[in-house]
Amino acid sequence: MFTKKKKPVLSLKKRQNQRREFIRSSLLAVGVISLSMAGLLPVVRGTSARLRPPGALKTTLDEQEFFAACIKCGQCVQVCPVNAIKLADLDEGVGIGVPYIDAREQACDFSCDGLQCVLACPTGALTHDLDYPADTRMGFARMDNPKTCLAALGQGFKGQVRGPDFKGLLRYDEIDRWSPIAVADHPYDLELCDLCVRQCPIEIRISQCAAQEEERAAAIEAGKQAGKIARVAEQHGNECPPKHAIELQAIESDDGVKRMLPVILDGCVGCGVCEMICPVEDSPSIVVDIDKITDWV
Amino acid sequence: MNYILESLSQVFGNKPTRPDKSKQPEALKAIYEGKKGKLTKAALEAARHEHKSTCCNKWQRRRWLTLILVNVLFLVSYKFDVQLLEGAMTASRFVGFHFADLNSALQVMLAYKHVVLNLVIGTSTVFVMWLLLGGRTFCSWVCPYHLLSEWAEFLHLWLAKKKIVKNHTFHRKTRSIFYVIFALLALLSGYTVFETISPTGIVSRAIIYGPGLALIWVGFLLLFEVFYSRRAWCRYVCPIGITYAVVGTLSPIRVTYNAVACHHEGDCRKVCLVPHVLDLTIRGAAHGIDQDVIADCTRCGMCVDVCPTDSLNFKIKGLDKFL
Repeated sequence: MFTKKKKPVLSLKKRQNQRREFIRSSLLAVGVISLSMAGLLPVVRGTSARLRPPGALKTTLDEQEFFAACIKCGQCVQVCPVNAIKLADLDEGVGIGVPYIDAREQACDFSCDGLQCVLACPTGALTHDLDYPADTRMGFARMDNPKTCLAALGQGFKGQVRGPDFKGLLRYDEIDRWSPIAVADHPYDLELCDLCVRQCPIEIRISQCAAQEEERAAAIEAGKQAGKIARVAEQHGNECPPKHAIELQAIESDDGVKRMLPVILDGCVGCGVCEMICPVEDSPSIVVDIDKITDWV
Repeated sequence: MNYILESLSQVFGNKPTRPDKSKQPEALKAIYEGKKGKLTKAALEAARHEHKSTCCNKWQRRRWLTLILVNVLFLVSYKFDVQLLEGAMTASRFVGFHFADLNSALQVMLAYKHVVLNLVIGTSTVFVMWLLLGGRTFCSWVCPYHLLSEWAEFLHLWLAKKKIVKNHTFHRKTRSIFYVIFALLALLSGYTVFETISPTGIVSRAIIYGPGLALIWVGFLLLFEVFYSRRAWCRYVCPIGITYAVVGTLSPIRVTYNAVACHHEGDCRKVCLVPHVLDLTIRGAAHGIDQDVIADCTRCGMCVDVCPTDSLNFKIKGLDKFL
């Protein structure tokens, strides 16, 4: 049983075949491993940074943790009501299958309210540490080109934002609370363009909260007068954004003329709706930077 | 022969253990002896012909149907929002329950070095599922690349028959080396490097979310398999196969071999994705009259379909006595 097996003597041809197979196998190993490692190039070069869905594990431009934790399944893509999330392709190397948002094409407008993508993520790549849109830190908006801004030029806006063929969706609460509609189906007629302020999800939520607060106060007042205890439960208390994100401010320019200009405030979460809705053709006046977030602007 | 140890040994690239002649049962030796020189070419052809008239590719049809159904279910769940099977092959939710592909989950755990509860749940569910269903059953019954590769294989075999292409083999240990290197790469680089080139994830995402550039890589792999090396990715590279093969060592669903009627003509080895597991069908190579095919087997059923003597069959260990 313990006798050592004699190694069989192989014919020349067999030995030659074995040697060839060994060389082939080595080449296969080197080839496949180098190809897969070429996938690291975009992250080494730093060209992989993109706007990511809410809760993405990232610190400014460093997305290593996010790429590592993401299992590339696209469940976040599937739950997004405005189809804002897309999956990266092979040109992003190891970032393949990782979700990103192209804000100009379709921004995240938080019309799911509860951050569905975060809830859908099976690996925590979109961290569960946040509950509400105002907790999000995706980026930070910036006036890229104030010279083209319609508000700064004192102009209004009439018609379809971004033209009739634009596919982008937004939720308009006053039209349908539950399903977003095409921006093209919702023409505007504004004396002074304030689209980036008007459609900012944080600003919309703040005004809703204010309205609710007023209603509540009125109900309590009405109850007092009727001699009853008002039964109005505290609603949406903690999801009301604590800070404003954007507002039009009157700014005096060099020629002494006062003009309105959108100013980005500390409450901005970088969702990109302003970038999407900016009606300036070619390149928007306002854009979202991915290397800044409100806490460390 | 220990089934688990022998399975692991073959999965990691060793040759099948040859039986010790002195330990082979006398009854088995008698069976081998009784068949010496008995089979003529005409008789074999007749046996094949008779077999073909009774059945045809029953398991292949069932398998293709299952594979296509699963992948279509992913697509339908997304496109029509039926929420039955959301996600992709790497991780999904089946009627709300978390599922995570074991190899993708392993890569994420090694790279991220944190494991959230949902991933633990998803990984455990899938582990138990494939433990019961046969481990590498994933490869042949679910993996979308497997089906493409199977079609490429038909083309390869047809071209090889016409002597237009020649099959080049690699050493099976290459796959183990890939397994270790990809695990180390994930651990050290902090990126899931294997996912970049994994055709399983790429094809699955392409089916669900639409095609992209990455399909060029898949096309290249298929061409490589057609013109250079039969089933190269599944046989010599893919670490997913190793992960599920290890799970499969403990699985009760197996293909089992009975030596009594076997002609040892080798039709099963010709159709098999992992022919080393069927070396036991060579005359003199079995350890007993009945022997289970080891866990590197993908339970695809091609050998069960092709065997002219019904010497290979599916079984559920522990249940076969009751069925």
